[in-house]
Amino acid sequence: MSINAGIDVIVSDVVEVNSLIKRFHFKRADGQQLPAFSGGAHVVIEMEDGEQRRRTPYSLMSSPFDTTDYQVSIRRDDEGRGGSLYMHREVTTGMAMKISYPANLFPLDLRARRHLLIAGGIGITPFLAQTDQLNRLSADLELHYGVRSPELGAYLPELNASLGHRLHTYYSDEKQFIDYDELLTRQPVGTHLYVCGPSPMIDATLNSARSLGWPEAHIHFEHFAKSPPGEPFVIELANSGLSVEVGREQSMLEAIEAAGVDAPYLCRGGACGQCETKVLEYDGELLHEDHWLEDDEKARGQKIMPCVSRFRGKRLVLER
Amino acid sequence: MGSTASLPKFRDETYRDDFSFRNSEQSVLRAPFPFDKDSYMYAVNMELHQRTGQLNSAFNEPFDVDEHYLAEMRDRALVLDEDPLRYQSLPHMEMAGWDTLELLMTHKSQSYPESFSLTRNGDDWHWINRPMGIDQHFRFGDATTLPYSPLEYITRQAQGDYVVLDERQGNLWMDAGMVTTQADWSLDFDIGMNFYEWHAPVPLAHEKGIFDRALKYLLAVQQSNPARRLNWTMTVNPRLDTSPENFHKWGPENTHVTPENVADKLFLRIELQSFWRLPRSNALLFPIRCYFLSMRDISTVPKWGARMHRVLKTLPPELASYKGLDNFRQTAVDWLSQHDDGQPTTPGAQPD
Repeated sequence: MSINAGIDVIVSDVVEVNSLIKRFHFKRADGQQLPAFSGGAHVVIEMEDGEQRRRTPYSLMSSPFDTTDYQVSIRRDDEGRGGSLYMHREVTTGMAMKISYPANLFPLDLRARRHLLIAGGIGITPFLAQTDQLNRLSADLELHYGVRSPELGAYLPELNASLGHRLHTYYSDEKQFIDYDELLTRQPVGTHLYVCGPSPMIDATLNSARSLGWPEAHIHFEHFAKSPPGEPFVIELANSGLSVEVGREQSMLEAIEAAGVDAPYLCRGGACGQCETKVLEYDGELLHEDHWLEDDEKARGQKIMPCVSRFRGKRLVLER
Repeated sequence: MGSTASLPKFRDETYRDDFSFRNSEQSVLRAPFPFDKDSYMYAVNMELHQRTGQLNSAFNEPFDVDEHYLAEMRDRALVLDEDPLRYQSLPHMEMAGWDTLELLMTHKSQSYPESFSLTRNGDDWHWINRPMGIDQHFRFGDATTLPYSPLEYITRQAQGDYVVLDERQGNLWMDAGMVTTQADWSLDFDIGMNFYEWHAPVPLAHEKGIFDRALKYLLAVQQSNPARRLNWTMTVNPRLDTSPENFHKWGPENTHVTPENVADKLFLRIELQSFWRLPRSNALLFPIRCYFLSMRDISTVPKWGARMHRVLKTLPPELASYKGLDNFRQTAVDWLSQHDDGQPTTPGAQPD
């Protein structure tokens, strides 16, 4: 199914937010309005990086009610597969690009009596859109934002202006850290918890919430797995009768797409389950990097998420 | 999509009392006949909601308006007068109501610009519905500027039922809707239930894993890819409101079908179901549009007459019972047999 129809856009502005983060603005190439979206949604940006077509998801940070201009903030990742480096080095104002329609895998639960938002570093971006949406609904919210230093704390002045005393900051350089047990203990019944940030922060938040007996339905997290670079390998696609090489800085999904095989996806971050693919045969080790498959499923070796996971060994045959 | 279709003349007819509902010849031919082969079993029969090659078809526009529009809207108003709980919306669904209003107004004014018009100036909107004589200025997002909540307002002007599903915990929850043209189910009963809960009574499909696959498909529906499927049952008399609440009115009619009246009294009830991701609420809109074809209507298309005969004759008994066909199935099979020449039918559901 072609769930991944795209929108032609023009980069309308590129802004250096701090030494690590740039903000990119997009407008529709045909001058029409962009689709509205919900706070927490992401778009997948297509990058024509030399020979390679990358598709990388980024959270929309602009107001969900502003349909003239989408904004994403991208932190430069010098160890990544190169998507953020491409955006930082190659993308300039006026460039034509293609993005996906917005999709939301980190939505607000609008039944919540209160929204407790916890952000770490660049994980602040979905909360910028969500706090805009919640403010319009006059919803009860609190944002806790952990970052290395005030200099690296993107959007602090904006958040201060929109949230005032509902914003709480923690600078690790100044030895300030969130006390999760204390924070979660004093929340009233009906509070929903949202966390987006590095894995240790997500784990600490979830551990605290679960040990305090928070209902699972009230816990929300955005866990975009990184798809790490790794040794090249070859996959055989049984249905298509193709043999495809996965490069060092390419994901399996990108390699499958580059071979002209249409494969479903949504988040490209190992979280949504759409690209789940059957492993028909393998001789080697499946390197699971996703947050979708259960541990026992990973151990059984019958499924893999080609958007983030890799392989080491002699032979891997996928049902694709 | 987005053509500029002109609407046909609206029929003055009823879906109750004297049941003066009739299809024109064109209306029969454009119906979304649900059988693409000579037998029927559940399947995840979903496809993208887009035009087919056929010229005059219920699939031509995203939200089809036909010759029965005004009569159906009158019938909805009567149902709501008697039972206001046919429209419900849980408190967290108001944003989804605005999303629905925007979606319907946008598509109707693009599909039928002679009949509907929407002018937007920021949040100040102006809506004209010429067939219903409505001219409304309102402020998008401010429910006090409309005579009803946004969902009730727009679904009083749109054929078909509208169910709004909230997405949470990898499931869909029936948290709002306008339901007056339903095949024996109740929004008031199902409100707040999740996808598995409201489908619990359906036989056979659970065993086949159909609901797991259908839910996975639905969760992947995004703004770029609205989807649709067809469902069907049969109804005695062209009664839109076959609700559990009103079973005492229509239930007894199930025994009124005779060999003499079956051709005009028994209807194939087709549901064109579509699925739309709503932008600001992230909810899923689930319109269920009902089309009636009498047995005589069906027999005017030779392929459909033969196929209807074969489908009804070979339907698994538990499916026939679930759909409530036991009282009249044999009578219908007997009447339809005269329209079945026993020859192979061509593939697909469209008329030859």
